[in-house]
Amino acid sequence: MLLEGRDIAKGYDSGGEHVQVFSGVSFSVASGEAVALTGESGSGKSTLLHLCAGLDRPDRGQVRLDGVPLGALRDASRARLRRTRIGLVFQQFNLIPSLPVAANLSFQARLAGREDTAWTGTLAERLGLTPLLRRYPEQLSGGQQQRVAIGRALAGRPGLILADEPTGNLDEATGDTVMDLLLGLVAETGAGLLMVTHSRRLADRLDRRLRLSGGALCR
Amino acid sequence: MIRATLAALMSHWWRHPLQLVSLAVGLALATGLWTGVQAINGQARDSYDRAARLLGQNRFATIEAADGQRFGQARYVALRRAGWQVSPVLEGAMRVGDLRLRILGVDPVTAPPDAVPRTVTGGGSLLPFITPPGVAFAAPQTVSALDAASGLPALRVAEGLLPGVLVVDIGIAQRLLSAPGAVSRLIVAPEQPVGRAPLADVAPGLVQRAPQARADISRLTDSFHLNLTAFGLLSFAVGLFIVHAAVGLAFEQRRTLFRTLRAIGVPLVGLIALLGAEIVVLALGAGLAGVALGYGIAAALLPDVAATLRGLYGASVPGTLDLSAGWWLGGLAVAVLGAAAASAQSLWRVWRMPLLAPAQPRAWARASARSMVAQSALAAGLAMAALALALWGQGLVAGFALLAAMLLGAALALPAVLSALLWGAERTATGALAQWFWADTRQQLPGLSLALMALLLALAANIGVGTMVASFRQTFTGWLDQRLASELYVTAASEAQAARLRTWLAPRTDAVLPIWSVEGPLAGAPGAVFGVADHRTYRDNWPMLRIQPGAWDRVAQGRAALINEQLMRRAGLVPGDMLRLPGGHALPVAGVYSDYGNPRGEAMIGVDLLTALYPQVPRLRYAIRVDPAQVAALARALVEDFGLPPDNVTDQARIKAMSLGIFEQTFTVTAALNVLTMGVAGFAMLMSLLTLSTMRLPQLAPVWALGLTRARLAWLELGRALMLAALTMVLALPVGLLLAWVLLAVVNVAAFGWRLPMHLFPADWARLAALALLAGGLAAAWPALRLLRTAPADLLKVFAHER
Repeated sequence: MLLEGRDIAKGYDSGGEHVQVFSGVSFSVASGEAVALTGESGSGKSTLLHLCAGLDRPDRGQVRLDGVPLGALRDASRARLRRTRIGLVFQQFNLIPSLPVAANLSFQARLAGREDTAWTGTLAERLGLTPLLRRYPEQLSGGQQQRVAIGRALAGRPGLILADEPTGNLDEATGDTVMDLLLGLVAETGAGLLMVTHSRRLADRLDRRLRLSGGALCR
Repeated sequence: MIRATLAALMSHWWRHPLQLVSLAVGLALATGLWTGVQAINGQARDSYDRAARLLGQNRFATIEAADGQRFGQARYVALRRAGWQVSPVLEGAMRVGDLRLRILGVDPVTAPPDAVPRTVTGGGSLLPFITPPGVAFAAPQTVSALDAASGLPALRVAEGLLPGVLVVDIGIAQRLLSAPGAVSRLIVAPEQPVGRAPLADVAPGLVQRAPQARADISRLTDSFHLNLTAFGLLSFAVGLFIVHAAVGLAFEQRRTLFRTLRAIGVPLVGLIALLGAEIVVLALGAGLAGVALGYGIAAALLPDVAATLRGLYGASVPGTLDLSAGWWLGGLAVAVLGAAAASAQSLWRVWRMPLLAPAQPRAWARASARSMVAQSALAAGLAMAALALALWGQGLVAGFALLAAMLLGAALALPAVLSALLWGAERTATGALAQWFWADTRQQLPGLSLALMALLLALAANIGVGTMVASFRQTFTGWLDQRLASELYVTAASEAQAARLRTWLAPRTDAVLPIWSVEGPLAGAPGAVFGVADHRTYRDNWPMLRIQPGAWDRVAQGRAALINEQLMRRAGLVPGDMLRLPGGHALPVAGVYSDYGNPRGEAMIGVDLLTALYPQVPRLRYAIRVDPAQVAALARALVEDFGLPPDNVTDQARIKAMSLGIFEQTFTVTAALNVLTMGVAGFAMLMSLLTLSTMRLPQLAPVWALGLTRARLAWLELGRALMLAALTMVLALPVGLLLAWVLLAVVNVAAFGWRLPMHLFPADWARLAALALLAGGLAAAWPALRLLRTAPADLLKVFAHER
């Protein structure tokens, strides 16, 4: 199994109170599978996604990527895993403002030491970014920035794509275009996809749906 | 509405206490350094004024000998008989133990009202004062220092007198100074009888001088105080850089708030007024702390300044502060004005901001690109102005204007130069991380540029002043070796003892060279004329800058004079020109010698001519040439066999040590201000990095998420600060060397009258570079540590829109 969560629990302290976000969450994502993670606001979708990316540790339970329990890894090992195995797409794009589009596209792949210029070129072409390669993020529209973020996530041919509401900041038409590109490219690379979304319409386009509600996962 | 708006505006500071601290400390430091220097200058000037006021020099005309020398009191008696309302004064220096005293002999009976301190003439003081054994009035600290001294009249405390000054009856002064019947000058009462005989008829050779608006000493020390002021101004400017950065950031972060406040009905004028009031309140609070800090700085530095002024200029300044309410209020005003100047640009931006301006803060990098162009243009303009001043500027003010233009131009050019260097590094970087590092550093530049500019100024000042001082030290040491060629220096207590001393020394030494001098005006400023014996000691060793053939022969024959560099530059004299000596005798200049550390103009003439022109010249001091192996034995014999007090026998090494001591002390204050300026720059860097670190998370979190550890990011942040500090140091080096050149070739010449060769000290630069890296490293260590300890949950907040 590409990604697996077993009996995960996570909470946080706020104003002296402990807030339990969720507990007993178990799930899995296989290679080549596209899974939607839905739920109402505050249900913990992004938190679960961050646990899957090794950006945070669960209070209880385990997240395994390629069978490796992320919680047992040291900070440096989890960072290496993120560089090499995971592609992240954020709602706010989170491009690096100081680098031009071309450098942003290849950034993670180069960090991981697996840059493939031909593949990056193809991605730029497919994402319609070729004329924009010398521009800086601040000079792009929201849709263009998200296409760069998708390209960056895919440039290193990761095994798993984690996307946090990738179209949440875009209008419907632009969002559809971006989704088409994302799903097409994910399918093409054979990567697994776990995508947080509020949209039932988008969720319906994926292979499967996981729903977080009341602090637990409903299938 | 005002209260609600104010609460909204002030809430920013509660949420960003670091900015508040940065602003307050920056302003307090700027105010502190400036007011500290002003306190020192003010204290010294007050002392000079008190010295001038003491005998009414600033209010009463005086009658003096044309050659500036003492004259016989018979002339005073003649003037009184001719109806002149004049009062005699005898002034001179004497040493009691280690204490150098200025003796002021007055005649309180004939002195005009207010010309003599009231303590002397008031109450029952007059009779004991004028009748033997007399009474001496002095400042409290002088009385305590002289408590056990013998040979002086009974001491009485007189508040208001300067330390080191002893006011006695003129008869007592004549005895103390071994000058029976001598008078230095006569105080002329404002009311004079009509029809009295002209001065030239009654006392030929005496001239009347108008009241002096300023004391002589203040003319000599002007350049010293100007140097201090320049340093104070530099520190003030560096402090204002911090304030400007903190205010700019606080305004930038509140743009959304300003827009919202205006959108819900707060008028623009009201908003500006409240922001202005906020600045004034903050400035008053920080200013108060700054003025207190300034008092502390002045109190700490004043003893050194006082010692320098005493050692170099013979000026008496108390080592304790006595400051007026005006100084405190002035300090607060400086703080408010400084804060207003530093905030003006930000207030102007709010004033110009359209109501529907984008709510998000402007991208610093983009906004700064425009200001960087304007800044670079201004830097180029200042560089041109500096060049013009270097080519055509005259005098000390032009010298400091050149320094200001050069330093400010270099500071303004720094962001553009660094940006170009970082752009070049980014272009040549191959790795993704390296490329990001350079590009991200370039993006950080606008936020850091003010701190880096402050660092550049501090480093350049350190290099410049350090090079000047070290060049001075190296030159001065070599010069002392030349100048102090004689093995032993002795001073007789009286003319009779001096005559016996010459006879006693003759068979025991190779040569006894007189060191006789008279003081008097040279080229319109205080100066001195020395008599020089015709001896190879001078011909072989005297440090000549220019000399005509046969100059020493002509000097020995009384047909020419040598002058020091100060007099050459001040009076524009060159060899061949005529020099007018005190009293009117003129001689051609045959050569110029270097005379470092001496603020006065001096001339050297043949000793026979000196005694002929000034028969009353004291003949007490001598330089002795003797086999160096015999020095210790001779010095002992002078004390034990001849009976000279040990203090009156000084060997060459001791004089050199004393001279170097005075020299080192002269730069103690400069060095202290240098360190303080570096401290301010380091603080500016720390505050900028800390402030930026709170805004860095949105830029760092994605890179962390993409696969870098927090530890690596923290190291990169540290490396960035070190790299920027190192680049700034490299750029500060040429600026500092230029500064040193301006100080040595322009400012020193204008201020002190001598020009020194410039030496380079790469080891000092290496030390300074290490210090700059340490400052950069320490400033970056805290933010880096904070980043290292940032919980993943905080980094995730950048991405998380929900939990």
